[in-house]
Amino acid sequence: MREFLNEKLPKRLSDKVRHGQRLTKADMEEWHAILNERGWLAPHWPVEWGGTDWSVVQRFIFETETAMAHAPRVVPFGVSMLGPVLIKFGTEEQKKHWLPRILDGSDWWCQGYSEPGAGSDLASLKTSAVREGDHYVINGQKTWTTLAQCANKIFCLVRTSKEGKKQEGISFLLVDMDTPGVEVRPIKLLDGDHEVNEVWFSDVKVPVENLVGEENKGWTCAKYLLSYERTNIAGVGASMAAFERLKEVARTTRRNGSALAEDPLFAARMAEVEIDLENMRTTNLRVLDSVGRGQTPMAESSMLKIRGTEIRQKITALMRRAAGRYAQPFLDEALEGGFNGEPVGPGWAAPVASQYFNNRKLSIFGGSNEVQREIIGKSMMGL
Amino acid sequence: MDFSLGDDRRMMADSLSRYFADTLGWEARQAAAESEAGFSRDMWAGLAELGVLGMLFGEEAGGYGGSAFDAGAVFAEVGKALATGPFLATLLAGNILEAAGEADLLGEVIAGSKILTFADDPAMDANGVVTDPVKAVKEGDAWRLTGAKGVVDYLGSADLIVVTAETSDGWASFLVEADAKGVKRRAYPLVDGGAAGELSLEGASARLLVSGEDAISKARALGLVATVWEAVAIMEVLRDATIEYLGTRKQFGVPIGAFQALKHRMTSVALEIEQARSAAINAAAYFAKDPRTRDRYGSAAKYTAGKVGALTAEEAIQMHGGIGMSWEMPLSHFAKRLVMLDHVLGDEDAHMARYLKLASAA
Repeated sequence: MREFLNEKLPKRLSDKVRHGQRLTKADMEEWHAILNERGWLAPHWPVEWGGTDWSVVQRFIFETETAMAHAPRVVPFGVSMLGPVLIKFGTEEQKKHWLPRILDGSDWWCQGYSEPGAGSDLASLKTSAVREGDHYVINGQKTWTTLAQCANKIFCLVRTSKEGKKQEGISFLLVDMDTPGVEVRPIKLLDGDHEVNEVWFSDVKVPVENLVGEENKGWTCAKYLLSYERTNIAGVGASMAAFERLKEVARTTRRNGSALAEDPLFAARMAEVEIDLENMRTTNLRVLDSVGRGQTPMAESSMLKIRGTEIRQKITALMRRAAGRYAQPFLDEALEGGFNGEPVGPGWAAPVASQYFNNRKLSIFGGSNEVQREIIGKSMMGL
Repeated sequence: MDFSLGDDRRMMADSLSRYFADTLGWEARQAAAESEAGFSRDMWAGLAELGVLGMLFGEEAGGYGGSAFDAGAVFAEVGKALATGPFLATLLAGNILEAAGEADLLGEVIAGSKILTFADDPAMDANGVVTDPVKAVKEGDAWRLTGAKGVVDYLGSADLIVVTAETSDGWASFLVEADAKGVKRRAYPLVDGGAAGELSLEGASARLLVSGEDAISKARALGLVATVWEAVAIMEVLRDATIEYLGTRKQFGVPIGAFQALKHRMTSVALEIEQARSAAINAAAYFAKDPRTRDRYGSAAKYTAGKVGALTAEEAIQMHGGIGMSWEMPLSHFAKRLVMLDHVLGDEDAHMARYLKLASAA
C-alpha cells in the first residue's frame, strides 16, 4: 500500500491536502481514477462488482495509510453510500448499470436526504414522489446537499405514502440531475466556501426502474447506511494525519521564547487528544474484530462517529490556537493549490480558522451527534 | 459593588445602541465588514459626531469617560452590533496618547479626523517564529524604528500608528505617521470580517510618546476589559438566538428545546455566560487597583471569556444544526467573531499561564 501511495499519489494532490488547500472536482476525479485503476477505489465492495476480498482490518489499514499519506478523501456518496445500498437492495440490472459507472467516474452522486423541515427527524421528510404510469413525479426540496454542484446524479429519500408510520412511506429513488425541473442553488457556509446546496424538484419525472428496493421501504436502505458500512466512520487515519501535522507545527512554532510543544498548557491539550485518539484506534479495531466475527455494529458505529468527530474538531481547534493572532488573517489565495506568494505569518496558519469553523459540520452531518446518542440509547438501554 | 452602569453611562450606551440599530443593519454591517477598509468610514464619522469615542478617554485628554466601565459599556454595544472598525486600536493607542499628554492629537482622533492604530504584537515568520522585533534608536533628537509588527488592526486605513519598541533602556511607545518614509504596510481581510495588516519599519522616523512598560501594560489591561465585555455581549446574542431557535424549531413534533438533553446543555451555556459576565465586571472593577491585582482579574476574565466563548459559539452552531453554519445567518458571524476574540490580546491558555504566574508572585 505504501509503495502504491509513494508511486501513484500525485504530490500536487497530497500537498493540497496537507496544506488544507481547496480540492477541485478534477482533483478528486483524478484520485478516484488512480485508485480505480489499481482496483482499490471501493475495497469494501464484493470482488465481483470490482471490490476486494480484504478483511475489515485490511480496509482499516488502507484507509489509515491513505489518510496518513495526505491522499484526498474518496468522495463517499457513490462509493460508500449508494454502492453498498445497491449491492444489498438493488436488482441485478441496477447493479450492472450503476456500479461500474460509480467506479469509472461516469456518475458523480450526491445525497438527497435532509430537508429544511427534516434534519434530525429525517423520517418527517416531505419531498413527494407520485407514481404516474412508468414514472414517479417528484416535487419538493432537499438541502445541505454536499457537492451537488459537481454531481450529475442524486439519490433521494422521497415520500411515496402518507399512510401509517412516517418511516413506512419513504422510498429510495435515483435521479438524473439533468432532468428538467431539478435546480441546484448554492449555500455559502460560514467559512465563505461553497460546499453544500439546496436541490429543488418541480415535477421531475423519474423512470420507475430507478426505484431501489421496494416502494415505501426506502427507510430500510437509509438505516442500512447508518449502521452497516460505518466501521470507518471514526476517521482515525484522517485524525492521525492531522495530529502529526499539529505535532510538527507545535515543534516549530515558538511562543514566549520556547517551542509551543513545550508550553505546559498546550502540551497537555495535545496529550489529551493523543490519548483519546490512541484509545479510539483500539476501540475501532475492536469493533472491526467483532464485525469480522459476523456481528452487526449499531451502538458501536454511533460511538465511533461521535468520538471520531470530536477528536477531529479538537485537533482543528488546537491548530487555530497554535496560530495565535495569525489565525485571524484571511488569505483567500493561500487556500488555492500552488500558492507561492508570501504568507502572512506562519505558512501553515492560513487555513486553520476556516478549517476549524468548517469542521463544526462533522458533528452535525451524517446523523448529528445528538441523533447518534439516541441510537446508542435505544440500542443499549432500549429507551 | 454597584452592578449598574450608572445613568450617564447607560444613556451613552443607549444612544450608541440606537445609532448602530439605525445605521448598521445586518446588510450594512456585512458590506462594511467585507469592504477593503473592513469598516464603514461613515459609521466612524457618525460615532465621532455622537461623541462616542470621547467616552473612551478621560476629561484631561478631551474625553468624558476613560474608566474601565466606560470602555466596557462601549464595547458591549460594539459586540451586540457586531460592528467592525478600529475600536480596540483606538482604545489601546489612544490610552497611550492619553498617558503621553497628547490631548491635541487625541482630540483629532476623538473627532474622527484621524484614524489611529496600535502596533504591539510581534510579527512571526513563515515558520511561526517571532521575527525582527521592533527596535528604536535615537539619532540626535529624533528616533528611528526598525522591525516588524504582526496583525495590526485596520493598518491599511490608519493615519497614525502607536508602535511599541525596545530601546537601549527598555520598552517605550512611539508615534509613527502611516505614510512616513520607511513604513511598509501589507493590508488583508480577517476571517471574522474587518481588516488588519503586517507592518514593517525600516528606519522610520518616530516620536517618543512614553518611556517604560507601565503605560503599555495599562493600555493592554484596558484592552482586555474591552475585549471581554465585547465577548460577553456576543455570547448573550448567541444565547438569545439559540434559546429562540430551541423554542421554535420543531422536530419529532415538538420544539427541540423540549428535549431534556438539549435543554440542559443550553442551561449550562447560559450558566457559563453569567460567570463570564461576572468575570467581565470583576475585570472592570479591579482595573484601577494595583497592577498585579488588575492583571490577575484581567487574565481571569480573558481566560473565562475564551473558554466560555468557544463553548457558546460551538453549542450555538451545533444546536442550530446546518443552518447555524450558513453565511446567510448572522449567528454564524457572531460565532466567528467570538471565537476569534480569543486570539486577540492573548488566548485562554496565555491568560491561564499569566494568572498562575501572578498568583505565585503573591
